[in-house]
Amino acid sequence: MTTRRLPRILKAVRRTALQAVPTVIGILILNFFLLRLTPGDAADALAGEAGAATVETLAALKSKFGLDLPVLEQLGGYLSNLAHFSLGVSPRYNQPVAELIAARLPNTLSLMGLALVFALVIGITLGALMASFAGRPTDRVLSVVALLFYSIPSFWIGLMLIVLFSVKLGWLPTGGAETIGANLTGWEAVLDRARYQILPALSLALFYVAIYARLTRDDMIEVRTQDHVRTARAKGLSPFAVTRDHVLRNALIPVTTMAGIHLAGLMGGAVVVETVFSWPGLGRLAYEAVMGRDFHVLLGILLLSSLLVVAVNAAIDILQAWLDPRIEVR
Amino acid sequence: MALPTTDTFPSLASRRAALKGLLAVACVLGAAGGAPAWAADPQPAPQPVRGGVLRFLVEHEPSTLVTIAHTAGPTQRVSPKVTEGLLTYDLDFNPKPALATEWSVSPDGLTYTFKLREGVKWHDGRDFTADDVAYSIQLLKEGHPRGRGTFASVTAVETPDPHTAIIRLSKPAPYLLTALDANESPIVAKHIYEGTDPLTNKNGAAPIGTGPFIFKEWVRGSHIILERNPDYWDNGKPYLDRIVVRFIADQSARSAAFEAGELDLAGGPPVPYADLARVSALPGIGAETRGYEYAGRMTQLYFNFERPILQDKRVRLAIAHAIDQQKLLDVVYYGYGKVAPSVISPKLKAFFDPSLEPYGFDLKAANRLLDEAGYPRKADGTRFALKLYANPFNTQASGDFVKQALAKVGIAVDFQFFDFSTYIQKAYTGRDFDLTLESLQNLFDPTLGVQRTLWSKNFRVGLPFSNASHYANPEVDRLLEAAAIEPDPAKRRQLWLDFQKVVYADVAALGLIATDGVTIFNRKVKNHTIGVTGVDASFADVWIEK
Repeated sequence: MTTRRLPRILKAVRRTALQAVPTVIGILILNFFLLRLTPGDAADALAGEAGAATVETLAALKSKFGLDLPVLEQLGGYLSNLAHFSLGVSPRYNQPVAELIAARLPNTLSLMGLALVFALVIGITLGALMASFAGRPTDRVLSVVALLFYSIPSFWIGLMLIVLFSVKLGWLPTGGAETIGANLTGWEAVLDRARYQILPALSLALFYVAIYARLTRDDMIEVRTQDHVRTARAKGLSPFAVTRDHVLRNALIPVTTMAGIHLAGLMGGAVVVETVFSWPGLGRLAYEAVMGRDFHVLLGILLLSSLLVVAVNAAIDILQAWLDPRIEVR
Repeated sequence: MALPTTDTFPSLASRRAALKGLLAVACVLGAAGGAPAWAADPQPAPQPVRGGVLRFLVEHEPSTLVTIAHTAGPTQRVSPKVTEGLLTYDLDFNPKPALATEWSVSPDGLTYTFKLREGVKWHDGRDFTADDVAYSIQLLKEGHPRGRGTFASVTAVETPDPHTAIIRLSKPAPYLLTALDANESPIVAKHIYEGTDPLTNKNGAAPIGTGPFIFKEWVRGSHIILERNPDYWDNGKPYLDRIVVRFIADQSARSAAFEAGELDLAGGPPVPYADLARVSALPGIGAETRGYEYAGRMTQLYFNFERPILQDKRVRLAIAHAIDQQKLLDVVYYGYGKVAPSVISPKLKAFFDPSLEPYGFDLKAANRLLDEAGYPRKADGTRFALKLYANPFNTQASGDFVKQALAKVGIAVDFQFFDFSTYIQKAYTGRDFDLTLESLQNLFDPTLGVQRTLWSKNFRVGLPFSNASHYANPEVDRLLEAAAIEPDPAKRRQLWLDFQKVVYADVAALGLIATDGVTIFNRKVKNHTIGVTGVDASFADVWIEK
């Protein structure tokens, strides 16, 4: 089965790549002009922060950053940079944008990955429980919990988790990514980082826990009424095996679709959560880039995010084909 | 110096407003116990002890670590630990030796002679000499946002021997001797900066200085580590082994980090005024309002003199009478500050005119003045409408307060609140405001901090913190220009007193509140505030009680 599908998957990858290029360029140009609509530029922001400026300083800054050029010329310069695989230089950090992003990307990816794992594991477990006890008190209570997770904003959950686990109980740190200056190595370093990652990943995940729990519950209830499930039961399989192999597996298809779409949302949520937890990731870099009008950095992050979303959607197509052989990889 | 310590990201800010109450409730349990932290002077114990790590919070991540060409608040917190200045100042603005051991000014105010400390080495092992001083002053004059003004009349820096620097001026610059602190006028190494652009020099990311701490690492987005300089010129100092600088952008997370005991020291205030009482009442935590005199923080109201309504002095005076400054201080700033009668901060004692009284809260007078000016109340109870901006550093509440105050005398205020970068652009380039609540620091000298907004020659559209109100008064211009070059301190003070009287009588601008900075500290940390620059000092004297 796998050998026959492999060329088709490659074809799908090629097709996705071809579609991605114009999409990403379109996104870039659109972003470029949208960002130009915001009042102020990097030079204004730097001069403003300085608390003092002279006309000469401001003019020098603007010409140095190329902000005094006509907009189309700036866009041309940016695109030509990109064609040479350069994301430009951040005027604010005085560092190549690619370096800035590369330093933050692993942190954000690991945070998003852990959050997605939390969301899927907790969400599907809760959903399966709710479906199994549909209509009974367990289902009702979990539904209310899911509703709360769904409606409470992540930054508030984050702060409450800090108040409980860091301030009151003292179990976990309030923010940061690792014990600063501890110079840990190996397993200890991994454990140390994990301690810092739990709270932000959890506050990022809880919103999605609610969604996956509801989705899993409804799909399982629907799948349970289908013929193949009745057949499986008639075969004499245990209720647990029926739920696991015949109900849950089929019910997961909508969940994986949603998870793919949500990855982009997770990145957006990371802006807020990373700020609350001082997590040195892309989200906070984006936030600071907005505040400082550091458009090169922002464009770089937006480019990367759009590429990420395209890649994840392609991966989800393939994953679904594996989960349900009837689905064709386009 | 004006980087808002308030967070200005709109959606976060509004969400946070809603959250504040909830968080306060949740944290009230934790605030039990512990004596109130006010009036908590760190008593310098006779015997400082060596050792320890200081966990120092800088609210926002700096973009560079040296203030040679950039003066943002976060950079000023970090830079002086590594890069020193010629002088430093005690809590009464008296200069103290740093890299300069002796200094003298010629009677005509045109020659400044500095004897430089001998045996000082840069962190890379090279000797510190007068050439470094001459080169740094040249850099400051050419590229520093304020240095361009401060050192504008410097014609030459002579270096007759490796440990003497003579600054020659074309006209007196009486503020010069207070402008030589490490955070304002840092002395950098000539061999590192020569032939480079100070804005992009790599030294900004990994500084080499002469200071008590040696730069070790800067993990972007996370922290900076500074290590003790074992060869520091001041024997036995610094006391600390290491400073870990952390950045926490979220104000509530800063409160939590203090409560969890993860931080030792932060300037600002690092937490919202509303949380200050609770945080500083935590066991082991104290608060200090000194150490911000060098910045001279103020909240002012500026008028747009291009609007006919506001050209009428009676209208401006009515607005002054309609704002209850004491209440503004109590409600918006939780009492952290002083009511200011005019545009010079009462904390800048050398220049403040103590004979002036605030205009006074008087609704009757305000209404009468507006009637006399020919703006009677219309059927809906309003007289006219004005558009108000506010620098986000003042918080949204300040604008809401003014809006409500003016509504009582029939002025309908359209209050528009933006994030910092938008505000700068709207107020100084767009200039489509009638009133703006600014937060312009007086700095250590009014020639640098006050002159810029009221001097008619500084009306420059597009330039942040210039004379955006387009105020033009020949008498004010004359006094400002005379004060800028008057070498005699007594005569100069008189010029500033006259200036304040003219501005006050003309209601040129309202200096509303001289706001307090607040330092939050772990009580085990000593000597964190020993001069006018507070936590922007070098920290050579800071030590931690065992």
